[in-house]
Formats: sequence, C-alpha cells, structure tokens
Amino acid sequence: MIDYIVGHINYWLIIAVMMVGLYTLMSRSNLIKKLAGLAMFQTAVILFYVSLGKVDGGTVPIVAEGYTLYSNPLPQVLMLTAIVVGVATTALGFALVIRIKEAYESVEEHEISQMDEKE
Amino acid sequence: MNNDLVLRAATKWLSPVIILFALYVQFHGDYSPGGGFQAGVIFSSAILLYALTYGMQAALQLIPEWVLRLGASLGVLLYAGVGVVAMLKGGNFLNYSVLAEEPVAGQHIGIIIIELGVGLTVASVMVLLFFTFARRVAPE
Amino acid sequence: MNEQLTILLVVIPLIAAPITALFKNKDIAWAITLLVSTACFVLSVIIMLDVIDGKHVIYELGGWRPPWGIEYKIDALNAFIALIVSGIATISSIYAKSSVEHEIDDSTIPLFYAAFQLCLLGLLGIALTGDVFNLFVFLEISSLSTYALISMGKHRKALTAAFSYLILGTVGATFFLIGVGFLFAASGSLNTADIAQRFETFAHMQLVETALIFMVLGIALKAAVFPLHSWLPNAYSQAPSAVSVFLSATATKVSIYALYRVLFDLYPVQYWVDMLMPQILLSLGCVAVIYGSYRAWQQVEMKRLLAFSSVAQIGYMIIGLALLNQNGLTASIMHLFNHAVIKATLFMGAGILLYRANTTDLGSLRGMGRDIPWSFAAMVIAGLSLIGVPGTVGFITKWYLLESAIETGQWIVVVTIVIGSVLAIGYVWKIVESLYFRSSRKVHIHAVESGDDSVGKTPIGMAVALWIGAGLCIFFGLNTDLSFDAATTAALSLLKQ
Repeated sequence: MIDYIVGHINYWLIIAVMMVGLYTLMSRSNLIKKLAGLAMFQTAVILFYVSLGKVDGGTVPIVAEGYTLYSNPLPQVLMLTAIVVGVATTALGFALVIRIKEAYESVEEHEISQMDEKE
Repeated sequence: MNNDLVLRAATKWLSPVIILFALYVQFHGDYSPGGGFQAGVIFSSAILLYALTYGMQAALQLIPEWVLRLGASLGVLLYAGVGVVAMLKGGNFLNYSVLAEEPVAGQHIGIIIIELGVGLTVASVMVLLFFTFARRVAPE
Repeated sequence: MNEQLTILLVVIPLIAAPITALFKNKDIAWAITLLVSTACFVLSVIIMLDVIDGKHVIYELGGWRPPWGIEYKIDALNAFIALIVSGIATISSIYAKSSVEHEIDDSTIPLFYAAFQLCLLGLLGIALTGDVFNLFVFLEISSLSTYALISMGKHRKALTAAFSYLILGTVGATFFLIGVGFLFAASGSLNTADIAQRFETFAHMQLVETALIFMVLGIALKAAVFPLHSWLPNAYSQAPSAVSVFLSATATKVSIYALYRVLFDLYPVQYWVDMLMPQILLSLGCVAVIYGSYRAWQQVEMKRLLAFSSVAQIGYMIIGLALLNQNGLTASIMHLFNHAVIKATLFMGAGILLYRANTTDLGSLRGMGRDIPWSFAAMVIAGLSLIGVPGTVGFITKWYLLESAIETGQWIVVVTIVIGSVLAIGYVWKIVESLYFRSSRKVHIHAVESGDDSVGKTPIGMAVALWIGAGLCIFFGLNTDLSFDAATTAALSLLKQ
C-alpha cells in the first residue's frame, strides 16, 4: 500500500494541482482568478503527460553513443502544442476580461450578472 | 522606473545576449533541445524587457505594430508554404524529404524553415499580446 | 481522384486566414472568405462523390507512416461532415457581408473574417483527421476562434457569453485531453485505427474505461448535450448574426461527429454497451428534447428561442446514436445535415430581423412579418421543417427515428418525439404569431438609428442566402436520395456491417 502511494507520488501531486485549479475555477467569482484556476488545471494535464513519458533511468531523447535507454519524447512534443493552446486560451481570456471590465466596470461575476438581470 | 540607471544599463547589456541565445536555440533546434516555440518566446522576452525599462513608446519605435502583424502572418505562411512546396514537388503536405535531392538534406531544410516560421510567429504574437494589453491598461 | 485534394481542405483556409488578417479593406477580406469557403465546398463535393460508395481515401501527413505520423482517413462520414461545414460556411459568407458591416466595426472586419476562416479550418480538420491528439488541436483551433467571434457581438452581454463559453469549452477540451492521455498510456498510440485494431490487448485496464468517460464528458460539453448545454443559449443569442448562423449549424454537429468517432471507431460497441452508456445517452437525449423544446417555448427573444431549440435538436441526434441500430444511426447522421440547414435558415431570418428592426425581441417585432413577406415565408418553411412537416427535411429524420424506436421497442422515445414535436409547433407558432398575426406596434422604427435609410431594404446577399437555405429545406425533404445514401453508408461503416 505504502509502496503504491510512494511509487505514484507524481500522479498524486498532479491530481492535487488539478483539483486546486478546478476548485479555484468553480468557487471564485473574480474572473481573473477563474482564469488562473483554468491555467492551473491545464498545467496539471501538461505535467501528467510529461510524467507519462518518463522512463526509469532513461536519458534525454537525443541519439548519442553509450546510451540506449531514452525517455519517450512524444508526450513532450504533444505538450508543446498543448502549452501553446493554453497560452492562447489564457491570452484570449484576459483580453475578454479587459473588455468586460471596460463594459461593466467590474470583474466580479455576481456583480456582472446582477447588472445583466437589471436590463 | 525610466530613470533607474542600473536597470537601463543592465537592459542594454542583457537584451543582445537574450536575442543571441534565442537565435542559438532557434538554429540548433534540429540537433538539440530547442526550436521555434522556445526561441520565439525567448526572443520576445528581450523585447518585453526593453519595453518594461524604456517604456512603450521606445519599444513601439523599435518594433512598430504593423511589423509584428506582418511577422505573425508571415510565419504561418512560411509554415504552410513549405508544406505546399512539398506538395508541388510530388510529396505529401509537409513531407520534407522531397525538398532537396537527398531525403536527409531535404529533412534538414524543411525543419529549419518550418521552425523559422514558427519562431517568427511565436515571437511576433507574444510581443503583440504584450503591446495590446499594455496599451489598453497603461498605468499612465 | 487525386488524394492531395483532401489536405487542401485544411491548407486553403490555413494560407488564406493570415493573408486576410493583413488586409485593411473589408470587401477584399469578405471576397477571400467567400472564395475560400466555396473552394472548400467544391473540394468536399468532389471527395464526397469519391467515397459515397464506401471507399476510403488515406492521406499520410508529411509522408510519415501511421501510427507514427498523423493520418487522415476519409470515409463517407468524414466527407459528409466536411460537406456540411463547408456548405454552411459558403452560405453564411454570402450572408455575412451586409450583416457583418451592420454589426461590427469597420476596422475589425478583416480580423473577423480571418477568425471565421480559422474556425472553418478547425472544423474541417476535426472532420478529416484520424488522430485523436490532432482532433484535440483542431477542436481548440475552432473553439478559440469561436470565442473571439462570439465576443464581437454588439451587446456587452456577448463578452460575458464568450467568457463563460471559454471557461466551459476549455474545461471540456482539457477533459478530452486527459482522456486521450489515459488512452495513450494504455495503448501507446494516438492513431484511431491503430488503437481500435489492438484494443483487445489492453482492454482489461481500468485506464481505458476512465479514458472513455473523460473523452465522452469532454465532447458532450462541447456538443452541448443536456445537462452540459448551459453555455449554448447565451453564446448563440449574443454572437453576431453571421456567426450564429455558422456556429449553430456546424460547431455542435462537428462535436457530435467526434462523439461518433470515439464511441464507434475508437472503442468497440460492446465495450460501452456493457457500461450502460446507451441507456444513459438515451435518457439524456429524451430529457434534452423535452427540456430544450419547453425552454424554447418560454423564450421571448428569437435568437434565444432558436438556441434552446438547438439543445432539443441535439437531443434527437443523441437519441438516434443511442438506439444503436442502422435506422437510428442513419437518422442521427442525417439530422446533422438537416438540422444544420434548418437552423442556419432560421438564424439567417433572425439576422434579417435584427438588420431591419435592430431587435430580435418577439414583443417588439409584432407585425414585422408583413413588412418582409418573402423573408418571412422562407422562415416559415424552415420553421415547418423544424416541426417535421412531411415534404421538408425535418420530417425525414423524425420518420427514421420513429421507425428505429419502434423496431427496438423503445416506446419512451416515440412518446418523446411526439411531445417534442408538439412543443416545436408551439414555439414555431409563437414566432409566426407575433411576426404576422399580431397587430404591428411599429416599435421597431424607433429602434433604428436615425439617418440610416439603408435599413429599409433587405440586402440582396442576405435574401439570397436565406432563400438558398429555405430551398435546401424543401429540396432535401422531397429528394432524399443524396443525403440518405451518404448517411446510410456512413452509418454502415460506423456499425462495421
């Protein structure tokens, strides 16, 4: 049991980061904090993929003499794309928040929905 | 912040080094860890540093916005262009092997141009993002 | 047919979008968009004709062999979806010109069209790819451009609608990504065909089941399957008209298509039948039909009404999928097409009302139908199709769906379809009544900005696009062979018969 927990320590930590992100996303009313939660959630998935590719005792995947065991480079390459997607999402989100702030004078979700209901 | 001598001097020294490092990461991407994404972000960080110390006006003089827009579009076109050239030469889209006489040489040429396109777009877009936000919510 | 044509569907918008973004002139940007959509439509037709008899076209990206490289495998279903997406894109770009000029600032119009092309690129990519990670990337390309497009809506509510769609859409896509990661950990591959082929070797792992749940949840969020539809009504009702037309007809359909691929191609059918997934999907579909139709009936604003009706129509597609027989699946696939045509036409009608009267509020639009008899007639045709009157496209799907439900003895589905249709009569009548039979209150004239006399007439592009839509509703309702053949071939290939 202990072995199982310690042996999968990376996954436990990733789950923790993911849940913190998801909780922030759902519980906060501030739009910027929501975006921060979203970014954490995405980061957790990126960490998950990267730790999938790790091979015990493997080196960086560059062909060189004397090394035969390499980590799997594919998850890292995939995550390069996912990071770009994440950056684009966050940037777009912030751009929207700035425009929401200009239009509503607020970045608090409950205040914004109150204003919407009044109309 | 504009008058802080240490910052100004340090930025003057650091920016070229950062740009040099970005170019190194860019052009060694086919042999060692690196490539367009990383190089683009490193390159943009040099511009960002400059903009932070010398202010938006100076940074906009260094790189006007239309250059960035052009760079962002040009990078994508370079990327797609390599793919289309490969198609015209009888291979599949993005098949670099047909780009030169020898497949290995073709792969080298292909990946370097592709990464150049990626680097150009990433660097332009990152700086453009910063400029757009900075202009919208400028402190003074 | 030259197989290089398939990749052109993705490459043309990829090249055209950055060029469009560079132009300052809105007319050039529009012309490029129209050209790109038309080119993609012609290509899709060529590909469709090639694969309609059950053939495959395989395209290896970069010349790398699968499972290492990304592979595009085109069968009738892929081609059918590509045809829907590019066809609707063509109609909406004809429609877009005047509508966009009316609703969006001149300086952002070229960027609007660039985002529109990127969205088209993403949706076509989803339709073509045979690689699950590539699917995620295209999903995000289309979604990111969608958020930007929705935020360009006139009212400030568009911003909050786009923001909540961004949050939910990203969570959905990330869920899908987690699922792909689990499946990759179990199988070591990302190629759909490769995973399906070697499925037996890793089917016993717990990971595989978790992966399926994550993927289905993620896609269901993107496809707005009840109860994950909360982003849809706001997003569709606040978006600029041309975007509402394009998205309502394509975005959720493409996600439903991704659901087919995951459930039928990636996983063996028996695997998720054992997980009771058909029963769950069937119940959700039935609830979606009744809830969506009921909420649509309650609405007083036309675009919101249509958006809730979309939630109901997605329910029909899910029901067809969950019935798990040939007729049901055929109905589901045909409904992708039929609903795309119907909803595009209705949203175009709503856009014309917005253009002419500056509002889509049904109360303020009283009697408006008499001012625009021809556009109103086209909207009535589409409305009748939505109800499912014989002779229109909507009837065909409901007929096959009923046949399939009776075949499998699912009486609850029969009852649901009847209730759904009655409610549909209710909400379509609501539109017709307030537009035509109520005495005109002429409120709309006050709402028009003064000095703008161009509003007196419907622009020719908008009218033409609307009538193309209405014409398709009738044409494919009377002449079912083309869509039925394509859908049957697609359904058979999904069911591996």
